[in-house]
Amino acid sequence: MLKIKNLKASIEDKEILKGINLEIKPGEVHAIMGPNGSGKSTFANVIAGREEYEMTDGSIELDGEEISELDPEERAHRGVFLSFQYPVEIPGVSVTNFMKTAINETRKAQGKDEMPAKDMLKLIREKSELLEIDRKFLSRSLNEGFSGGEKKRNEIFQMAMLEPKLSILDETDSGLDIDALRIVANGVNKLKSKDNATVVITHYQRLLDYIVPDYVHVLYKGRIVKSGGKELAHELEERGYDWIKEEVDA
Amino acid sequence: MSKYTEEELKKELETKEYEYGFYTDIESDTIPVGLNEDVIKLISQKKNEPQWMTDWRLEAYKAFKDMVEPEWANVHYKKPDLQAISYYSAPNKKPKYESLDEVDPELLETFNKLGISLDEQKKLAGVAVDIVMDSVSVATTFKETLAEKGIIFCSISEAIQEHPELVKKYIGTVVPQKDNYYAALNSAVFSDGSFCYIPKGVRCPMELSTYFRINQAGTGQFERTLVIADEGSYVSYLEGCTAPSRDENQLHAAVVELIALDDAEIKYSTVQNWFPGDKEGKGGVFNFVTKRGLCEKNAKISWTQVETGSAVTWKYPSCVLKGDNSIGEFYSIAVTNNFQQADTGTKMVHLGKNTKSTIISKGISAGKSQNSYRGLVHVSPRAANARNFSQCDSLLMGNECGAHTFPYIENKNSSSRIEHEATTSKIGEDQIFYCNQRGIDTEKAIALIVNGFSKEVLNKLPMEFAVEAQKLLEISLEGSVG
Ligand SMILES: Nc1ncnc2c1ncn2[C@@H]1O[C@H](COP(=O)(O)OP(=O)(O)OP(=O)(O)O)[C@@H](O)[C@H]1O
Ligand SMILES: [Mg+2]
Repeated sequence: MLKIKNLKASIEDKEILKGINLEIKPGEVHAIMGPNGSGKSTFANVIAGREEYEMTDGSIELDGEEISELDPEERAHRGVFLSFQYPVEIPGVSVTNFMKTAINETRKAQGKDEMPAKDMLKLIREKSELLEIDRKFLSRSLNEGFSGGEKKRNEIFQMAMLEPKLSILDETDSGLDIDALRIVANGVNKLKSKDNATVVITHYQRLLDYIVPDYVHVLYKGRIVKSGGKELAHELEERGYDWIKEEVDA
Repeated sequence: MSKYTEEELKKELETKEYEYGFYTDIESDTIPVGLNEDVIKLISQKKNEPQWMTDWRLEAYKAFKDMVEPEWANVHYKKPDLQAISYYSAPNKKPKYESLDEVDPELLETFNKLGISLDEQKKLAGVAVDIVMDSVSVATTFKETLAEKGIIFCSISEAIQEHPELVKKYIGTVVPQKDNYYAALNSAVFSDGSFCYIPKGVRCPMELSTYFRINQAGTGQFERTLVIADEGSYVSYLEGCTAPSRDENQLHAAVVELIALDDAEIKYSTVQNWFPGDKEGKGGVFNFVTKRGLCEKNAKISWTQVETGSAVTWKYPSCVLKGDNSIGEFYSIAVTNNFQQADTGTKMVHLGKNTKSTIISKGISAGKSQNSYRGLVHVSPRAANARNFSQCDSLLMGNECGAHTFPYIENKNSSSRIEHEATTSKIGEDQIFYCNQRGIDTEKAIALIVNGFSKEVLNKLPMEFAVEAQKLLEISLEGSVG
């Protein structure tokens, strides 16, 4: 589904990603871990097409098609979804209105009609139940005054609404309390299918107890320096990153 | 939102240029350019006005001659040559239509382009439309329904003929002839406008709506609007405008007077999208308007405005809170793009006890435009317990535009409470990217963010106007970011 080859990216002429290779097949869950500042969020943003990051080399293929020249919204229309590490506030725009706009803009791009109001309503009801979100919450301004955990839960609500092909969850677990973590993880699991794929960026093994990865990758200094199965996450939890850093820096 | 909105929205988004930039070629009766006493007499004569009206105009002209164009506003423009303007232009045969078939097809075409064909309007339940096209009211609908309640809704020319006692009693009582340069000019040469009277205790059953339009090349438009809400009555009045594109600047100097007698309420909403000039700042309407309302005891006046058009705007809808316990409100969205300049705000003059005023102003600047809020809160010594709350928010797009806030407070009573809040923000790259990532392109993202920013004011508009207003916000900001 997603094929990344020798991906290099810079910000303000500073190279952050230094040649990443990764292949993700439909139905798979990949976890990306790594120390602070290693480039995880950069990687997520580059896939989503954020302009501030300049992709200097390599390729990103989605379903066999190069997407690195596409605008972020075009990538979104093709099913790329990013759950932000720091969701952005949009005052005066309700969650509902935002979602309605997002869904209809996507449908428009796909040559479909707008979603009829009653279908929209049904979808909202279903997905807000899945994530145990109070309907009143959906009338509030997007992310404005939301607690850290509420923001993250809202990101996954949006993911549920948009039903993306490729979801990248950037530290969705940080800020969630224990119950919320379970609810959100459960939501993500329910949305999993053999046709979509998930990339989970996290610092903690705990999330991976719920969302069980097929592969775990360690990103360090802009490169994937180690890959393994889910047991790698356990090992990292126990031993930290020093042993990997030593291996790499040696 | 209705289906109309969404569909229209999409269509509008595809249009880049000012879409109402067309010109209707209807034969019209235009007097030669220039301004002098004879011209004023001629206007009055053409309109078959009584002597007192002619005298009133001449008195205004006398005052005007001694006045100079004000320069305190934060706008820069080439002063219009008042001698190069024709002060009267009326569609040739003043038609009285029995049915739409009799209407000049070109006129109908204009209405169609505006999306307000009479046909459509007739169906739009609850909206009576008095269309002012180039100064003379050419069609009025729903008059009978209103007449049953004793409501008078007609052109001011007609009111001068049919209800001289009301016009004579109230005209110039809120905005005197010599109030300011452009008000004096208007008083001397006003060609037409709307008149509305709501009798005691009557709640006007529908939104009263007027569409203004400047149509004849080179004719400035000087409307005069007078709304009187008698004791305990209520009316909601909508004013919307569009103008065709022109190369030379067109002057628009209107006067609106509102009178809310004891316990009455007037809601006055405006959507203004006159031609703002092109991307290079060429052309566009000069909009120098005086709008003021007078509140007697327990009365309330709300001004709501969405200003997206005109090259230069200079406008301060104000409330004189004369009666005890009266309330004044001002809700405003002003959008400037390209080379537009707007200096707008309000004056709340607290004279009575326990008077209250609220000011919510949202300024949105893009391109190389300049957007200023200028507001005065005046509390007189007699106005015990007066309250004011003002909030002025500015949203900037790009680095070449400007937002300015000039709040003036004159407080002469220590028991009053005045609060002022102001914020300035920018549309962030991170907000745009967040929207983009959800499949919303940049243009649409900006519209969404701007609508969110303006929401408090949009919510104050009557439903059908809110829809139009949102559309206008989008149109006027198109192409404003990369
Ligand atoms: N906009 C920016 N301007 C300058 N440097 C940046 C910018 N964005 C990221 N960086 C730098 O790029 C490097 C990688 O940042 P990134 O956010 O991708 O790390 P991360 O792995 O997600 O870290 P964390 O675990 O703390 O979220 C860091 O050194 C960071 O300071
Ligand atoms: Mg990060």
